[in-house]
Amino acid sequence: MDPVLLVQIALVVVVFHALLLSAAGMVWAERKVAARLQQRFGPTLTGPAGLLQPFADVFKLFFKEELKPKAADSVLFYLAPIISATTAFLAFCVVPFGPPTTLFGLLDRPVMLTVADVNVAVLVIFAVASMGVYGIVLAGWSSNNKYSLLGGLRASAQMISYELSYGTALAAVLLLGNSMSLVDLVNAQSGYWFGFIPKWFVFLQPVGFFIFMTAGIAETNRAPFDFPEAEQELVAGYHTEYSSMSFALFFLAEYVNMVTVSAVATNLYLGGWHGPLLPPWLGILWWFAKLSVLLFFYLWLRWTLPRYRYDTLMQFGWKFLLPLSILNLLATAAGVLYFGL
Amino acid sequence: MAFETIGFYVLAALAIIASVGVIGQRNPIYSVMSLIGSFGALAGLYILLDSPFTAVTQIIVYAGAIMVLFLFVVMLLNVPREDAAEWDRSHPLNRPGARRFGAVLAVFLLLELGWAVWHASTREAVALNTVSAGGVSSVAAIGRSIFTDYSFQFEATSILILVAMVGAVVLARKEPQ
Repeated sequence: MDPVLLVQIALVVVVFHALLLSAAGMVWAERKVAARLQQRFGPTLTGPAGLLQPFADVFKLFFKEELKPKAADSVLFYLAPIISATTAFLAFCVVPFGPPTTLFGLLDRPVMLTVADVNVAVLVIFAVASMGVYGIVLAGWSSNNKYSLLGGLRASAQMISYELSYGTALAAVLLLGNSMSLVDLVNAQSGYWFGFIPKWFVFLQPVGFFIFMTAGIAETNRAPFDFPEAEQELVAGYHTEYSSMSFALFFLAEYVNMVTVSAVATNLYLGGWHGPLLPPWLGILWWFAKLSVLLFFYLWLRWTLPRYRYDTLMQFGWKFLLPLSILNLLATAAGVLYFGL
Repeated sequence: MAFETIGFYVLAALAIIASVGVIGQRNPIYSVMSLIGSFGALAGLYILLDSPFTAVTQIIVYAGAIMVLFLFVVMLLNVPREDAAEWDRSHPLNRPGARRFGAVLAVFLLLELGWAVWHASTREAVALNTVSAGGVSSVAAIGRSIFTDYSFQFEATSILILVAMVGAVVLARKEPQ
């Protein structure tokens, strides 16, 4: 069998489990960061520094009873968390996370560190993200609970609104990189200006980066945009009626989506695996460092900012973020056309 | 059999089953879900035709954006079942004239389908991928042909959509007292 094919198959397995582990890591990090920001310790008893806490959580959820409301639509009720989790994992398929490697000369040709190097990768992520809405919307509807329904409706309205700014911010990056493949876009950011400023798109697109991260947080339904599950108003929103592992699937999807948005931001704006100091074959360390910073930013934001009001969220999306992203796109297009950026 | 052929038959069967599901369901939410499945199968067919851009656009625009709006409306109205049209004599679809008209349309559809199948078996396949002749990334080629060769059609469609939007706003507006 072709060793390159074996490595590709191994990559699929590794990426899948790494995503599962990253969700566990994020649960731990969230508890620890939340605790530290509130002058507490967080989990300390389960393992060293509470590192085994997420596994304890999963075991607890695993042994919980699976409940279903009598009036719930049973097919869609069980389908919804599956859709959520599947789309979350699917989006990461096209995200590269390191430079091509031959595994120290073991392979005769370099292998790209990604599950699938698609030439329309950016659009694939966008398409999968738009399918992820169905998980939440159907969960809200099939539970036959007014709080769930409101959560589902809010989620779909919010995700449709913020997808526009999200996509428009992405389009500006596509103009700069002149490609839709994430690998090409990352490689367009190698090198330095004046010998010391890395050619990362964030320096050309500071507004775009801001829009992308804001819309990304709204897309993943994280605080301060966590309206679909706003607990003070909607109990728990779309997953009010879920328990046991179907609840865990929603939770998993949320964390995996955070990782994906951060990974895409790393690749599109922060130069992916390119960075100073380290030799190129260690670029994967740069990638993980940037990803961790962005993920920490997510947690930091959640425990710092209070939730918006729902109408202000909509106004912010349509009246501020969308016009700003269109202006950003126009300015970028003009820059590419007249100055050849 | 080649992989493409198997893929084609599987996806085509899925698309047809899902499309039958759209009109065969009593519950509108399941109809919407079937339609999404049908669009998904169609996107798979586009990938087999070697045009990933069209496939992804199909998912983003139809399965993603438009169907979410459909689902949104169905959920807001929250109709668990469609009206049982066959028991309702006053329903416009149950008037004798409507049935005859529908029957004529169905005959036409069958004739067209038969004609298409007959000619597909006798004709040579037409090269469809003239746009993506460049191969690697057809996005640039599609963009170029939309904004040069087909710019009139493109602009006309944009105006049509704009008119529809304005129309929707006018219809939804409350009458001033």
